[in-house]
Amino acid sequence: MSQDPKQSIQESATPSTDTRDARMGAGVDDRFNSKLREAFGASPFILTKFDEFMNWVRGNSMFMLQFGIACCSIEMIHTYAIKHDLDRFGAGVPRASPRQADVMIVPGTIVSKFGPRMKRVYDQMPEPKFVVGMGSCTISGGPFQEGYNVVKGAEEIIPVDIHVPGCPPRPEALVYGVLKLQERIRHGESSPVVVKPYELERFGDLEKDELVQKLASEIDEDDLVMRYNWADSP
Amino acid sequence: MSTGLEKEAETSVDEIAELIGERAIARDDHLNAPGFVINPADVQDVLFDLRDVAGYDHCSCVTAQQYADRYETIYHLTKYGNRTDEVSIVVPTTLEEPVSQSGEPVYRTADWHEREAYDLIGIEYEDHPDLRRILLPETWQGHPLAGDYDQTKPQLVTLAEHANPLQADHHDTESETMFLNIGPHHPATHGVLHVKTVLDGETVVDVDPDIGYLHRCEEQMCQQGTYRHQIMPYPDRWDYVSSGLLNEWAYARAIEDMADIEVPEYAQIIRTFSAELCRIASHMLALGTFALDVYGEFTATFQYTFRDREVVQDILEDLTGQRMMFNYFRVGGVAWDLPEPREEFFAKTRDFLDELPAKVEEYNDLITTNEIFQLRCVDTGILEPDVAKQYGCTGPVARGSGVDYDLRRDDPYGYYPNLEWDVVTEDGYDNYSRVLVRMQEVEESAKIIQQCLELLEEWPEDDREIQANVPRTLKPDTDAEIYRAVEAAKGELGIYMRSDGTDKPARFKIRSPCFSNLQALGEMTEGEYIPDLVASLGSLDIVLGEVDR
Ligand code: SF4
Repeated sequence: MSQDPKQSIQESATPSTDTRDARMGAGVDDRFNSKLREAFGASPFILTKFDEFMNWVRGNSMFMLQFGIACCSIEMIHTYAIKHDLDRFGAGVPRASPRQADVMIVPGTIVSKFGPRMKRVYDQMPEPKFVVGMGSCTISGGPFQEGYNVVKGAEEIIPVDIHVPGCPPRPEALVYGVLKLQERIRHGESSPVVVKPYELERFGDLEKDELVQKLASEIDEDDLVMRYNWADSP
Repeated sequence: MSTGLEKEAETSVDEIAELIGERAIARDDHLNAPGFVINPADVQDVLFDLRDVAGYDHCSCVTAQQYADRYETIYHLTKYGNRTDEVSIVVPTTLEEPVSQSGEPVYRTADWHEREAYDLIGIEYEDHPDLRRILLPETWQGHPLAGDYDQTKPQLVTLAEHANPLQADHHDTESETMFLNIGPHHPATHGVLHVKTVLDGETVVDVDPDIGYLHRCEEQMCQQGTYRHQIMPYPDRWDYVSSGLLNEWAYARAIEDMADIEVPEYAQIIRTFSAELCRIASHMLALGTFALDVYGEFTATFQYTFRDREVVQDILEDLTGQRMMFNYFRVGGVAWDLPEPREEFFAKTRDFLDELPAKVEEYNDLITTNEIFQLRCVDTGILEPDVAKQYGCTGPVARGSGVDYDLRRDDPYGYYPNLEWDVVTEDGYDNYSRVLVRMQEVEESAKIIQQCLELLEEWPEDDREIQANVPRTLKPDTDAEIYRAVEAAKGELGIYMRSDGTDKPARFKIRSPCFSNLQALGEMTEGEYIPDLVASLGSLDIVLGEVDR
């Protein structure tokens, strides 16, 4: 919208409402008289960049993935449910299928057996996609960090946009995290799609060990493996 | 307290000794029960005798562990009709050849327990129908709770593990069956459970629950923690649907019996009071999600149960400081007294109790008398009492199958023996009965809370002892072994601990009720329609944190 005032005024200064009046007919319909409408006056157009508009829309209408892992998911359900009601913030439509979801809240401890599954669910989500890590477990493994089977944080596997610390975070904290994510999206700071810490390697690159020997004949060369080695991860 | 059914006769130690006779090579008594050491080749023989002659029909738990010089499997046996009558059967095997006979033909429940023992410790069981890993991925190397395992060792997990069910090789050209993966990411599995299902049309031919997607090494964590303070936070995370205090009690009870600590009466009342609040919260969640599962009730019932859970969680937060992970019990008592001002806290709890009957009625209107609900639940997911016992089912699942078994009454602890309440059982054996049991248990819990509230209100101010005198470092006697259980929200939650004289347990084994209950899924669903599978799974009310530990 141009900041410069019009150079000259012709006829009346009141905005023309002909079209509107014609459409409404007699009797005033309040629906057409919103504050927004008044602010826009006669020309109900906003000029903006398409990208910015898309970011604004994206941030305000997020479909969450219905995804429960561990204890944090109970608090996540509480965030969706009555009282906290995440829907107030345009983010309360949990979708059961990853193909319909924009945001994945990772609520819980990820263990070696579940890691590849989570990656797969993430891969199935269409771009652009965002991830909120909920709870200490998704940051570092949380209380189970020393566990032999526990992946030390969701970022070993997928990129995370917002971390919400806590064990479990209160629903208010999760709401805050989601709002922060919306803010980021609105500003166009979407997540990096490059998955850095997650190592995908060809089987052949790994050291020969007992297991490889044993399975050598059954393994498809094209198979990807997830190396889960927390000691060397960043 | 209700007397319920008459207790079954107690088998004396001498009678057991006589029954086992020559086959007992030594005695290894535990703090909770006499223990008999037998040869690995006599397992089935001895267990059959104990079950059929002496009446030990409940194999509560199977614990495996490694000593410096041997492996050991312990079968913790007891009776549904008399919980305090316990016996432990100890089966040692050598390090070189860790093979012992399977107890599965005697107790079906031993199936999964032995698979877990194989997975985590590395003992092999002869005659076992299906001995493969249960919690860890197939590709795992080594047995993480065995003596020489390096727990920081990195492992490889292949992505090929998730096979596509619609792949050509999953189609069987001969028959008309189809293989279907349900989970591990599926809204109806209540977490990360994977059920491998074979369908014939819409009929379930075979189910194989694949667990371990939330195996967070709880036992390892507890073995690394000191008795006094570091273990207590973990039980909250086993059954995490707000039933934390019930779990904490399991550990508290085990360690208190092991170290001979007497809990002050006032603390016992607070424990009973708060634990029952947890039970209500947990059953509410079970109810809400079950309604969601069987007739897609996302709006009314589900939201109502969560509304009520919020109320309970508020009360618990006032008491403990946290909504879910309370960490409120201490060895020998509780962390602190009721919040000040006490009147306000009492009033808040009383409000909740006063409103509860109307709410329960509302639930009954919405759910149990609902025609669609009944169509989905009545006569589906049948679990006969004998089968339930074979699988070691406990809690509302067993009580919905008419098994009158509740540890709060049968193996009294806390303040329960001094209160008026009843054990609820239903005789439908179906999904509907299990829901009814939970609904009525909510009312019974309310009764208990009401009585505790009155006691707490009148308790003299100068006698509010909340913790016993417990030494700063707890070191139970070397080689003390104990298996103790409490009635958690889902059933019998047991803990086996062995002390090696240090301040940390040498072995910490958790017997989770959900683990045993889930095993019965196959019995309940095979031959039924697939929607009934979802309903049955929901009615078992499993929590994966507790199944996988
Ligand atoms: S952060 Fe805490 S509450 Fe959340 S999943 Fe981990 S252990 Fe459970």
